[in-house]
Amino acid sequence: MIEQLGAATVNWARAQFALTAMYHWIFVPLTLGLSFLLAFFETIYVKTGDESWKRLTRFWMRLFAINFAIGIATGIILEFEFGTNWSNYSWMVGDIFGAPLAAEGIFAFFLEATFFAVMFFGWDRVSKRMHLFSTWMVAVGSNLSALWILVANAWMQHPVGMDFNAEMARFEMRNFREILFSPVAISKFTHTTSSAFMLGSFFVIAVSSWYLLKGRHLKMAKRSMIVAAVFALLSSVMVGVTGDEAAYSIARIQPMKLAAIEGLYQGEDNAGLVAVGLMNHAKKVDNDEAPFLAAARIPGLLSLLANRRFGSFVPGINDLVYGNQQRHIVGIKEKMVRGREAVWALGMYKKARRNDDARGASAALTNFNLNKAYLGYGYLSRPEEAVPPVPLSFYSFHIMVVLGTVLPLVCIFILYFSNKGSLERQRWLLGAGVASVFMGWVAQEAGWVVAEVGRQPWAIQGLLPVSVARSNIGAGSVQTTFFMFLILFTLLAWAEVRIMLNQIKKGPEDN
Amino acid sequence: MIGKLDLATLQNLWWLICSVVGALFVFLTFVQGGQSMLLAIGHDEDEKRLVVNSLGRKWELTFTTLVLFGGALFAAFPKFYATSFGGAYWVWMFILFTFIIQAVSYEYRSKEDNFLGTLTYDIFLLVNGVVGVLLIGVAVGTFFTGANFSLNAYNLVTWHHPLRGLEAVFNPFNLALGLFLVFLARTLAALYLKNNLAHEGLRLRLGRAGFRNLLYALPFLLYVLGRLVFMDGYAVDPESGAVGLEAGKYLHNLMVMPLLAVMLACGLVLVIWGVVGNRFTSGDKGIWLAGPGTFLVALTLFLLAGYNNTPFYPSTFDPASSLTIHNASSSHYTLTVMSYIALAIPVVLAYVFCFWRKMDIGKLSTADMARELDLY
Ligand code: HDD
Ligand code: HEM
Ligand code: HEM
Repeated sequence: MIEQLGAATVNWARAQFALTAMYHWIFVPLTLGLSFLLAFFETIYVKTGDESWKRLTRFWMRLFAINFAIGIATGIILEFEFGTNWSNYSWMVGDIFGAPLAAEGIFAFFLEATFFAVMFFGWDRVSKRMHLFSTWMVAVGSNLSALWILVANAWMQHPVGMDFNAEMARFEMRNFREILFSPVAISKFTHTTSSAFMLGSFFVIAVSSWYLLKGRHLKMAKRSMIVAAVFALLSSVMVGVTGDEAAYSIARIQPMKLAAIEGLYQGEDNAGLVAVGLMNHAKKVDNDEAPFLAAARIPGLLSLLANRRFGSFVPGINDLVYGNQQRHIVGIKEKMVRGREAVWALGMYKKARRNDDARGASAALTNFNLNKAYLGYGYLSRPEEAVPPVPLSFYSFHIMVVLGTVLPLVCIFILYFSNKGSLERQRWLLGAGVASVFMGWVAQEAGWVVAEVGRQPWAIQGLLPVSVARSNIGAGSVQTTFFMFLILFTLLAWAEVRIMLNQIKKGPEDN
Repeated sequence: MIGKLDLATLQNLWWLICSVVGALFVFLTFVQGGQSMLLAIGHDEDEKRLVVNSLGRKWELTFTTLVLFGGALFAAFPKFYATSFGGAYWVWMFILFTFIIQAVSYEYRSKEDNFLGTLTYDIFLLVNGVVGVLLIGVAVGTFFTGANFSLNAYNLVTWHHPLRGLEAVFNPFNLALGLFLVFLARTLAALYLKNNLAHEGLRLRLGRAGFRNLLYALPFLLYVLGRLVFMDGYAVDPESGAVGLEAGKYLHNLMVMPLLAVMLACGLVLVIWGVVGNRFTSGDKGIWLAGPGTFLVALTLFLLAGYNNTPFYPSTFDPASSLTIHNASSSHYTLTVMSYIALAIPVVLAYVFCFWRKMDIGKLSTADMARELDLY
């Protein structure tokens, strides 16, 4: 039987995945954003032939390389963690999930690996144009790798293009195009990369602001900053549009996630969006506490966000857990009944096949097919288990959106004052510029918490809860590697920060 | 065209693709070999720096090939991925750790304010070069000697040894294969570096080092080959699907697939030719003989492990659970899609090769080091 013992193993494996993924995500968006900025800078150099643009490009490239190295170090572990910590998952969905990972290797990582060496060491070894081409290829390669891994992740949120093969007891791919072009994949890729462009730009803005505050490298800092501010501003428009798209698709595909990120327990027509709110931690699905201690809402906006229609109905957590006949929402309890039927029928099918009982097998298969859409619910023990951690989802979402709205203002001011030629004198703005990169990082991490915590308890939405996805291994081993990663990554990250700060202090000219 | 291939053909094709990537990786471990010699080969900082910077332009390719090897196995043989990584947990974890520390070491070793000190990063490189390669060899050894797992009716793995994979180190065949790979990597490194560096002292020493390391590798190679020819191996009965031990299974495979025997012989000759030429002449093209030679030897080993009704991941605990390329593979649809994706592999190889040549036209010299702004 597919067992779900070992809650400790599951929790340590989740903690480990969260830890390694969040570390990886400190460096990845910087790579994604900075790589394009390097390409912009170098293009300007090649177009103008101005050596100072070359010096500028090489300076940012050096910082890029420091970040890139640790991005790779933290990435390899994620790739193999699916096997080591989520081995049941790897078997049950490997037929689908493995393909994008392999495609990422073939299409993206080799571009990065090959052209990074040319970009970094090839200044005197290849022609100017070839070098520029290499720099662009690094940017394209990095962002292509984002495409594939995000397609994989999107499929976990919205499993399409596949079917369950009872014979093998696994999910199998049926339509690659559906997986590649699923609406979640598209919104995830566009939202994640454009938000990463913001982060990369804010990194440049932050370092440049610091130089301006110190009165050093003024020309380089201002030039870099303007390119970055324009890029960030354009990207932020994309971020808003694609974030809206993400919310719209969540409302259809993962309504529980939407309800959780808004702390909406009781569904309503013309639902309001919480602008600021303080959650009541005593609130559980099955008690009568109020969800918020205090909250200010913008009326009707959530309905608009979720359904693009004012006044429309947005289901709450209670509706989704306990069902709402009036709105035609099936509750989790009913889904669990059907899920258990599916699990049971699968067992019967296996048994009949073992005993060469063709009629029994075909009857069991028919029964299974009727209920397979609810397979994952068969492993839940209580309906309330289907609710993700609400306060964490709520705060993460709101932090992200607030920052997403505030950060572009920094760019607008930068462009305004630099146009007026008084940028150096706006010390408050330069201070905000330095802070912007840290806010960007917070928004990035918060975004992933929204996406990942908000889909608990599912590894594959509706089909495979994390408790079934794990490996058959003692919690002790996973715990040990958790701490090994924690210590090692922290040491390496600390080294990275010190090297980075040292290089920033030295600035471009000294090299 | 690909859409018309039947499942068994696709499974064979994908074992070939995975084997090619794996064999390329073995060739590219010259980077690891070089790391393991780093502390000894350079007599002063300048020489050491030259070696690190030469390797530093290639390490990512090796790393990426390893990642692709993992990814390709996941996509084409997910049952292996789930069984081996989730089962032989600790071997893989140790391997991964050695690659994590490698990834930062080049970039950080000589940077100011690098917190851990240059020596630490050089030791990281050494650990990756020795322990990483050794354990990969051990893990590949289990393709022949088997592992302690069983699968249940739902194909979920249970491991039956408390060391979770590390027990494989105690098998002499696996250990010999691992040690062979370590010395082979060092041999290749010497050839590659001699080819890539313009530094007379180093070139002389590298020529000798390549030869010496081949001599060290030889006993392990002979042991591995001897065992391979004489050992019992697991075999699948194509009719009943039953798995059992067969005397001289791999010798049998070689006889059934004579092409593999030829590849093996050619590979070994090329390696020896490359190393000997490198030692006793002033030529430096040895890597272009020994490299392809290594590729052929490694490819032969992988193919021997998987073709001709041989389970490529046998279970010593429960032979019926053994993985073959037929029972561990992805579905027909997925393999077909993946095959279209794999059409890009030759393109990738082409541009990698092309830019490798472009970057390596001029040999690396101390003068280059003095001129470069960005150095490891
Ligand atoms: C949206 C982008 C994105 C996301 C969600 C992830 N990564 Fe990543 N990854 C990158 C974007 C990226 C990158 C930008 O391409 C990196 C970072 C720095 C670098 O060198 O490449 C990278 C490096 C990187 C490497 C080293 C590649 C090499 O050989 O050069 C591996 C193996 C992975 N990642 C694997 C993963 C896995 C298994 C993930 C999911 C669980 C994951 N990454 C999430
Ligand atoms: C790099 C950015 C990412 C971050 C910051 C992130 C964050 C997280 C977090 C916080 C969890 C733990 C949730 C919990 O235990 O409550 C988690 C789990 C998980 N994430 Fe992600 N994630 C990222 C990317 C991905 C991607 C791209 C994938 C898939 C390709 C993925 C797959 C998973 C899986 C399999 C788990 C474990 C099962 C689970 O707990 O749901 N993650 N992630
Ligand atoms: C107008 C502001 C924004 C809105 C409406 C918005 C909306 C969303 C939504 C709904 C998700 C969840 C997607 C899912 O679970 O599938 C998400 C995820 C995410 N957000 Fe945002 N977001 C905004 C701004 C930002 C900003 C400023 C950043 C970073 C600089 C950011 C980074 C992320 C990341 C990294 C994820 C996880 C990847 C993903 O699921 O697509 N977001 N966002």
